[in-house]
Amino acid sequence: MKPLARAYVLIASILLIGIFVQPLWYIALDAPQYPDGIEMYIWVNKITGQDESTLQNINILNHYIGMQKIEPDSIPELKIFPYVGVFLILFGLFVWWKKQPKLLYVYGFLMLILAVLGIFDFWLWEYDYGHNLDPHAAIKVDGMVYQPPLLGAKWLLNFKAVSYPHIGGICLATSCFLLIWGMVHQKWAKTSY
Amino acid sequence: MKTLKIFAVALAATVLISSCGDSGQSNNKKSNSGALNNSSAAEAVYVAPGEHDEFYEFFSGGFSGQVSVVGLPSGRLFRRIPVFSVDAEKGYGFDEESKAMLQTSHGFVPWDDSHHPKLSQTNGEIDGRWLFINGNNTPRLARIDLTTFETAEILEIPNSAGNHSSPYLTMNTEYLVAGTRFSVPIPQKDVSINTYKENFHGALSFISVDPEHGDMDIAFQIVMPGFDYDLASSGKGPSHGWTFFTTYNTEKGNTMKEATASQNDKDFIAAINWKKAEEYVAAGKFEEWDCSYAHNKVDEKTHIASTEMRNKVKVLKAADCPGMIYFLPTPKSPHGVDVNTTGEYIIGCGKLNADLTVHSFEKMLAAIAAEDYETIVDGIPVLKYESVVDGVVKSGGLGPLHTEFDGRGNAYTSFFISSEVVKWKLGTYEVLDRVPCYYSIGHLSIPGGGSMKPWGKYLVAMNKITKDRYLPTGPELAHSAQLFDISGDKMKLLLDFPTDGEPHYAQGCPAELIKPNSKKFFKLSENEHPYAIMSEEDARVERDGNQVHVYMSCIRSHFAPDNIEGIKVGDQVYFHVTNLEQDWDTPHGFAMMGANTSELLIMPGVTKTLYWEPKEEGVIPFYCTDFCSALHQEMQGYARVSAKGSSTELKWWLGED
Repeated sequence: MKPLARAYVLIASILLIGIFVQPLWYIALDAPQYPDGIEMYIWVNKITGQDESTLQNINILNHYIGMQKIEPDSIPELKIFPYVGVFLILFGLFVWWKKQPKLLYVYGFLMLILAVLGIFDFWLWEYDYGHNLDPHAAIKVDGMVYQPPLLGAKWLLNFKAVSYPHIGGICLATSCFLLIWGMVHQKWAKTSY
Repeated sequence: MKTLKIFAVALAATVLISSCGDSGQSNNKKSNSGALNNSSAAEAVYVAPGEHDEFYEFFSGGFSGQVSVVGLPSGRLFRRIPVFSVDAEKGYGFDEESKAMLQTSHGFVPWDDSHHPKLSQTNGEIDGRWLFINGNNTPRLARIDLTTFETAEILEIPNSAGNHSSPYLTMNTEYLVAGTRFSVPIPQKDVSINTYKENFHGALSFISVDPEHGDMDIAFQIVMPGFDYDLASSGKGPSHGWTFFTTYNTEKGNTMKEATASQNDKDFIAAINWKKAEEYVAAGKFEEWDCSYAHNKVDEKTHIASTEMRNKVKVLKAADCPGMIYFLPTPKSPHGVDVNTTGEYIIGCGKLNADLTVHSFEKMLAAIAAEDYETIVDGIPVLKYESVVDGVVKSGGLGPLHTEFDGRGNAYTSFFISSEVVKWKLGTYEVLDRVPCYYSIGHLSIPGGGSMKPWGKYLVAMNKITKDRYLPTGPELAHSAQLFDISGDKMKLLLDFPTDGEPHYAQGCPAELIKPNSKKFFKLSENEHPYAIMSEEDARVERDGNQVHVYMSCIRSHFAPDNIEGIKVGDQVYFHVTNLEQDWDTPHGFAMMGANTSELLIMPGVTKTLYWEPKEEGVIPFYCTDFCSALHQEMQGYARVSAKGSSTELKWWLGED
């Protein structure tokens, strides 16, 4: 493996530690009667709010329109993802240690596939929360679904929902980007470093 | 005749026009003499939507017994804090948790007359932790927690009657004081009122305050001659360690006091060396007297108030404790006494007088050292007037009552009879400015008043008479306050605003001292109420003989349970309602048709209990009274009441058919 590609693998692996110390994503809800805002953070292993009662408050709001309760304990991904994360870090370090170009490609594609799957899973989760509504809900608006955006802002009744990656998510994206770059470098770069 | 009228109108117009330029010199002009022009005054008090006032100002409610919280400069009322009187709106004194707050040695007293709010101080500066206020009628002192704006503690004062010269705390909140306006037999006994001179005495109480939690305790009482102890002020800086009380009725009259108590040319300011008193107490020079008084306190974890009856108090007798008390002769039944920000000047307001009397603390110490006594009254030395007086303010007004300071060497004195505020200079005693008040001002307040560091930007006049200042509301009118800008040389009237109850004193401080600490809700996980439930799953009904306890929860927008059966006529039913909400501004109410009590108003994270004795069979509705959510109208339920001895099974549910 070329030394530069090897360095990217090392940096990408270390950056992945970021997904354990910072949230991957955040979703903010804005409405005039919530001057402090409502902020929800999606971590690799948990979902939190800006304080310990945020999820309860979101659930109270959501129950009027029939959305399911957000209960982190009942979301299986939050239990699986940490292992995947640890595996990816260790695998990366292994690749760095072994220096074999083949392993770099395996690692790089695996990482990209898992990252895309992860985001797709998040989207599916959002889709389910937004579409799978209790038919006995108090407030029913014809044709209205409440799926928050994956990226950017969207009006959901009286709330403006804003969704962006957080630092953990940026770490993950940067890791992916470095691995792509590393693979490109390994494959096509004319230099030997 | 007609010409005469026109002439009079022309003359009046000339007077008005000519006095418009010199703000506040004229006393005979109505409405807004001393005011800025209307638009700049409006600008000065305008707080834009969504913005906050610069100051909190806490007004006593007087005969409402409560405290109201007002913003300055807007004059907007934010909140009425129930203190000494029941408040059905908040369930205060009605729900099972708060009833104990109004317990006294006389039983449940649902009302009082609150006079002087005082913010706690550290090093002579307002610290924004607690607000203390006196109950005048059945002597009590209350502590309000400024993180919750709720009354946290009430202490009854024994051997006292008319707790008027109170709380006037010391510069590190070491003590609150409580002087009696009525002398009475101590201990109380059945004697002829005509034996006043031999049997009646006045008690001055010193109440210690726990520096960490604020708990009040009577440290000692001083039994004084049978005068009326009217108002007080504690020393600061050099005079720290002394508290000054005004007295009237040094004549010791007991009937037709308006005349008998006004005979002496001079009454006294009693200077109490409380550090000396502490020494006497430490040396065991006190007697322990039997008495009975209530100490009521809210538990921070359960939010339940409980009463502890106490029955001993340490008493120092004035005559047995030399060096502890001196009298400063002060003309004409002094009402207010106020120690200035540096602690050097003691201003006495002879309320039947035109002039103010200013004593010097330094001169007082010198006179004491020189034993410069005029006479001795009931064992207490009376210092020579000439030796202690530093100056007299020839005010040109009549009926001075109270003085506040701006921290820039100026004093502001209210004049009830001549209905005005007079600004004068400490040390030189020259009058600098005067503005009329509409009408008949009592107390005045500068934020930080009574401390060493007032914020001398605004002055609030609390007027006793309103008459035509607002739209009329029948014979009874709101009491009127007026806001003045005192940042310049001349006082400028900015605003009139109505107040709640009949405010006596008010005290304020910058919002920043309190605002950041204001609690948004109580943590449910910290709720240790014995009948609290932490989730809907725990909601249940338990019967114990004829007592029924409903463990109920509320959250937007339902109660759990909302259907209850098995209650019987003659049962004693307790609805313990826990608000499970954990968000800002999400209280719920609970009201039961026919219950002989008020609603509950339950803050998030708190449990409150409504007591209900069902008298007839039927199905009785209950509902949420605080508009909580889009489905507030649906937040209701039923309790079925069956005949006494019937076999209806005790059951409850939510959301099942």
